[in-house]
Amino acid sequence: MSKRPADERLRDFGEVDLGLSEEEAVVEAQRCLQCKKPACVGGCPVCIDIPGFIAAVAERDFRRAAAILRDQNMLPAICGRVCPQESQCEGVCILGIKSEPVCIGALERFVADWERAQGIIPPAVAPPTGKRVAIIGSGPAGITAAAECARAGHAVTIFESLHEAGGVLTYGIPAFRLPKDIVAGEIEEVLALGADLHLNHLVGRSVPVEDILAYDAVFLATGAGLPFFMGIVGEQLGGVYSANEFLTRVNLMHADRFPEFDTPIVRGSRVAVVGGGNVAMDSARVARRLGAKVYLIYRRREDDFPARHAEVANAREEGVEFLCCANPVRILGGPAVTGIECVRMEMQDPDMSGRPTPVPVEGSAFTLDVDVVIEAIGQGPNPLLVSLIPGLIRGKKGNVVVDEDGATSVPRVYAGGDVATGAATVIWAMGAAKQAARSINAMLEKS
Amino acid sequence: MYRIEKTAETADNIFEFWIHAPHVARHARAGQFLVLRIDEHGERIPLTISATDGDSVRVVFMAVGKTTTQLAAMSPGESIRDVVGPLGRPSEIRKWGTCVVIGGGVGIACTPIIARELKEAGNTVIGIIGARNAGFLLLEDEMRETCDELVVCTDDGSKGFHGFPADILKERLSTQTIDAIWIIGPAIMMKITSGVSRPFGIKTFVSLNPIMVDGTGMCGSCRVTVGGETRFACVDGPEFDAHEVDFDELMQRQRIYGDSERRALEHYHEHQCRCGGEGHE
Ligand SMILES: Cc1cc2nc3c(=O)[nH]c(=O)nc-3n(C[C@H](O)[C@H](O)[C@H](O)COP(=O)(O)OP(=O)(O)OC[C@H]3O[C@@H](n4cnc5c(N)ncnc54)[C@H](O)[C@@H]3O)c2cc1C
Ligand SMILES: Cc1cc2nc3c(=O)[nH]c(=O)nc-3n(C[C@H](O)[C@H](O)[C@H](O)COP(=O)(O)OP(=O)(O)OC[C@H]3O[C@@H](n4cnc5c(N)ncnc54)[C@H](O)[C@@H]3O)c2cc1C
Ligand code: SF4
Ligand code: SF4
Ligand code: FES
Repeated sequence: MSKRPADERLRDFGEVDLGLSEEEAVVEAQRCLQCKKPACVGGCPVCIDIPGFIAAVAERDFRRAAAILRDQNMLPAICGRVCPQESQCEGVCILGIKSEPVCIGALERFVADWERAQGIIPPAVAPPTGKRVAIIGSGPAGITAAAECARAGHAVTIFESLHEAGGVLTYGIPAFRLPKDIVAGEIEEVLALGADLHLNHLVGRSVPVEDILAYDAVFLATGAGLPFFMGIVGEQLGGVYSANEFLTRVNLMHADRFPEFDTPIVRGSRVAVVGGGNVAMDSARVARRLGAKVYLIYRRREDDFPARHAEVANAREEGVEFLCCANPVRILGGPAVTGIECVRMEMQDPDMSGRPTPVPVEGSAFTLDVDVVIEAIGQGPNPLLVSLIPGLIRGKKGNVVVDEDGATSVPRVYAGGDVATGAATVIWAMGAAKQAARSINAMLEKS
Repeated sequence: MYRIEKTAETADNIFEFWIHAPHVARHARAGQFLVLRIDEHGERIPLTISATDGDSVRVVFMAVGKTTTQLAAMSPGESIRDVVGPLGRPSEIRKWGTCVVIGGGVGIACTPIIARELKEAGNTVIGIIGARNAGFLLLEDEMRETCDELVVCTDDGSKGFHGFPADILKERLSTQTIDAIWIIGPAIMMKITSGVSRPFGIKTFVSLNPIMVDGTGMCGSCRVTVGGETRFACVDGPEFDAHEVDFDELMQRQRIYGDSERRALEHYHEHQCRCGGEGHE
């Protein structure tokens, strides 16, 4: 897949990866061995018929390829772009053992983009059942469940607290990775099935919990939007952001175009981003586009970055400087940030996740001169609504507990996506939402 | 889109707007706020819900920067793109006994709704409202109607008592029993006034106004330190125990965007001159 050169892409928020041309896609598809027992399918959380759609691409039957994708995945243009393929479908592709795995994500993206350009054929919608389903949150989980329930003929209402739909796809993941017209387009497809969308409605406040529980079924998809802070000295200084705030100011409020847009941001000339996941990479690359020199501080080794490999490579090309095996202990300055003090970390025995445990090295403190600090150290489930629902059982980390059908401890209330799993991935959220929607449809059919 | 129904300039540069927003109006309680965004290019700004009537909410605001200046120039019949609310926890309304509700400057906007709910819960309510001068006083009639007693003060003595609400509060605390206090106004006024009740150990609430973005607990912009802990004012507040709040930090954080705010207002005025107030290109 071709990419725009780093110096060019740093000047705007246009997409970095240009995707496959038709010829490239067909050639790539022909590499697939069409395995009898395809490992790749097991690696995809929604079990897309991967050899099936790839065979269609190889035969240039893109319409059929699109139909096979849509069978399992309502948001292929998004997943093709943001799935961590290396740890999912492509990670287990048989070709990957000896050489390069098939570029399944890029092919998925190609087909979805082709389909969008040609006009999407919407799936059939069952006749109205008279049953009402409330979906709380319009991120990938909410949108997916809305589509599945609407297709079954139920009257679906989606409630979203922000002024735009899409959840993290809209306010979190930057446009250079996921163009916003693609997100809007995929949401339009779902609304076209007959689902209603109420923006600016914070459920639990704008809509009382009793009103929600009066629906025939409820799907909680409120995500994991609660930002964690490190709890170190200096965190309240001007110029210290949670990644959520920094990314929201730019992606949702367009602070990069201030004062044409009203929302300001402290751009900084030297920015420290703390963390090593997708959220950290996105923050670092946005800060680069706002014109700053950027350090990314991560407590483990570069090999341990939880971010998508492709985005780590992109960040490096764009000049983000990685400071691995380091951890901030104090932010300096007042009233604005002037620096960040860190210590070196040493890797010791692996923890439960199999990654080494980082331990501070005594006497290794050093200081970086920075004027903005962005903390991207994780997020927890939004507590607001879930804490207001009587009898809703939650786990230790505040996540809503669900069974394998997506059902919560409260009758007729289901949950899925980040609110149930904690911060995870788009496709896992969609997979959980599909399961819950299937359970909701089955329950409503019986009642 | 949310229609503006009625507007008025009730004091110097202070405006009262009624906005049609059923989802907010029907569920709003004392102490809560809303967040609005005027148009596609707009910033999300929080404003306290000052009253409700059927499907409409009232906000009272001072034109201090770009967004509030732009809003003040709007007329009945025009629409605001986004209004979300009610946000934040409602005030802790219960039968306390005798309550004092203090409003300073534009903070007076929030006081009648709190005073009324306290009255309805069976409390005796003393209102104290203060402003720089008589021209900045608002909602005096409404407060007089609601409270058992109302004291008016101005910094320059142009109306009522010559002095600050803190002076009145001090005098009352030493002469009568008071069970709970609400103080709403600029951060510095809340800091000084709540300092007066601290030695008496009386429960005192302040409504904090840090800079917010989403207002739903997602960004952490509104974080404040209360009792040594980081709290998010938009979901854990906006009302907190005054004697636990780090006001100096709040005031410091309120100033983060000072330069940008001036630029935004300049840009707005320039743009207005060029295109006759038609908004953005
Ligand atoms: C910066 C960033 C980058 C990421 N990059 C990737 C990536 O490359 N690949 C990948 O697979 N995953 C990535 N992720 C993770 C992925 O985005 C999430 O796992 C996914 O979005 C979860 O979907 P969701 O629908 O559960 O929740 P969300 O997307 O969080 O959506 C929840 C929605 O619910 C709304 N809401 C919350 N409470 C209420 C309420 N009470 N009433 C009404 N609405 C409410 C919120 O406003 C929000 O819109 C990234 C996450 C972030 C933050
Ligand atoms: C919970 C809450 C309730 C509020 N209620 C009222 C009210 O009822 N009436 C009223 O006049 N004002 C109220 N405010 C303050 C109001 O939000 C700001 O005056 C407004 O955002 C200024 O926007 P601006 O673009 O006109 O000015 P700007 O030029 O942006 O700023 C001017 C001043 O407002 C502060 N400010 C700027 N942006 C924000 C923001 N997003 N949130 C909070 N403060 C900000 C700045 O620190 C500065 O001191 C409230 C604030 C909060 C947090
Ligand atoms: S949805 Fe994601 S995991 Fe599944 S095939 Fe597509 S890119 Fe791979
Ligand atoms: S594992 Fe690889 S080669 Fe085999 S079917 Fe899947 S994509 Fe094709
Ligand atoms: S305003 Fe974003 S968390 Fe409070």
